[in-house]
Amino acid sequence: MPSPHTHGHDVGERLFVHRHSTIHRLPAEVKTVAMVLFIFTVIMTPPNQFWAFGLFALMLVAVAAFAKIPARVILPRMLVEVPFIFFALLMPFFGSGPTVEVWGLSLSQAGLLAGWGILIKGTLGVVSSILLAATTPARDLLMGLERLKVPELLVQIASFMLRYTHVVADEMKRMKLARESRGFTATGIRSWPIIAQSGGALFIRSYERGERVHLAMLSRGYTGRLPQLVAVTTTPTDWVTAMSLPAVGLLIALTALWIQR
Amino acid sequence: MQSHLAQIHTMHIPDGFINAPTSAVAGVIAVVGLAFCLNGARRQLDEKTAPLAGLVAVFIFAMQMLNFPVAAGTSGHLLGGALAVILIGPYAGALAVSVVILVQALLFADGGLSAIGLNIINMGLVTAVVGWFVFRWLVKIIGVSRPKVMTAAFAAGLVSVPMSAVAFALEYAIGGTGTIPINTVTVVMVGVHILIGLGEGLITALTVGAVFLVRPDLVYGVHDRLPKKLLVTTPSVSTPANGS
Repeated sequence: MPSPHTHGHDVGERLFVHRHSTIHRLPAEVKTVAMVLFIFTVIMTPPNQFWAFGLFALMLVAVAAFAKIPARVILPRMLVEVPFIFFALLMPFFGSGPTVEVWGLSLSQAGLLAGWGILIKGTLGVVSSILLAATTPARDLLMGLERLKVPELLVQIASFMLRYTHVVADEMKRMKLARESRGFTATGIRSWPIIAQSGGALFIRSYERGERVHLAMLSRGYTGRLPQLVAVTTTPTDWVTAMSLPAVGLLIALTALWIQR
Repeated sequence: MQSHLAQIHTMHIPDGFINAPTSAVAGVIAVVGLAFCLNGARRQLDEKTAPLAGLVAVFIFAMQMLNFPVAAGTSGHLLGGALAVILIGPYAGALAVSVVILVQALLFADGGLSAIGLNIINMGLVTAVVGWFVFRWLVKIIGVSRPKVMTAAFAAGLVSVPMSAVAFALEYAIGGTGTIPINTVTVVMVGVHILIGLGEGLITALTVGAVFLVRPDLVYGVHDRLPKKLLVTTPSVSTPANGS
């Protein structure tokens, strides 16, 4: 029973935004390394160097524009960072040293700065990850990890996860429908045993599906390795193109650290 | 399915919350921990590891989406570390939860890319180790029956979550970028996570209880302690492989 939420074969296809751009064409592992390094340059920058974060943000805007990823794709996905915004907002109420009055509240200057740092670095990190996932199909991201010498088994587990999320989520929806058609409504802790019972059944079904999938794979000649269907060649030019992002980031971070000194 | 107003949610650490050197070292520790788990899982499951741990990762991911209503529009959800290790063993369980964290960071921007190591340690490795040892120790002492297994599962879930908060507090003490004093962070985080742990323990116990009732042989945490009368003899695979 396909659900209306299912757009592609796996979760990854929903996140990928199909466009033609140099950034889309870059091999996945190159992009992943570049993004992780870029984020590290962002987080090593002292929060009081406001200009640096302006430049970092501009760089990400440039990447988004270059890859033709519109803001309406990026902004809704940024909602994942909401829980930690609260944490950042708490910072100004703590911290020693001089304070400032804002709207009658006595806020710590160090706390304000720390809260700002957490907020801006977290936001830049979230946007970087969103851009990575929007310009790279999920399966390529995982294959890229394998080329980065991430153990094959880990990559295989992750690709199973991607491939079967919809299957298991649909199974869960059918169980919910079945529960509700018998008149069940979740009201409070008293309904937990019923929900957990579905959870237990879901585990048994997932586990048995895992066993069936394993047998089906064995019968098709699986020996513990998955064949690489497309050969990906990564050229030095790809690396140079992608590394320009963290290279500029490093330049900004080092300048900021130098000014800070 | 998001019908509730607020979800009690344990935060994945974002980028910039813990400084760069600490995040990098945590990355290295996570790699070593995962390598250890990969080895163990391969010994336990052989070439069955990928499909089984993969499907259990999906299961944990799905369970995290399941809302457990608490009161007044709030609801909680499972983290799943203790549940995963009780059901499929410490190595494969830790792998399944770690893969969920990895995929969430890489695809959904949930948890920073630079903080993947920290998040895997806190939510994948620490909950797995604590959950597994608490569960095994308790079933060894009190024995194996449905209420006893559920009790042990409750304790494993309950203890694993605050221990994850302790790991977070430790990382914050080493490389936190915030100004909230470490004592406050520790007390608040551990306090809140004891409450979350109560929910985690309850959901873990109820879920393990449900599995134990039908397929006690699938509760790996008691696989070597099952009384003979509970051993189910039906073959584990009853349907032909249909390529599903």
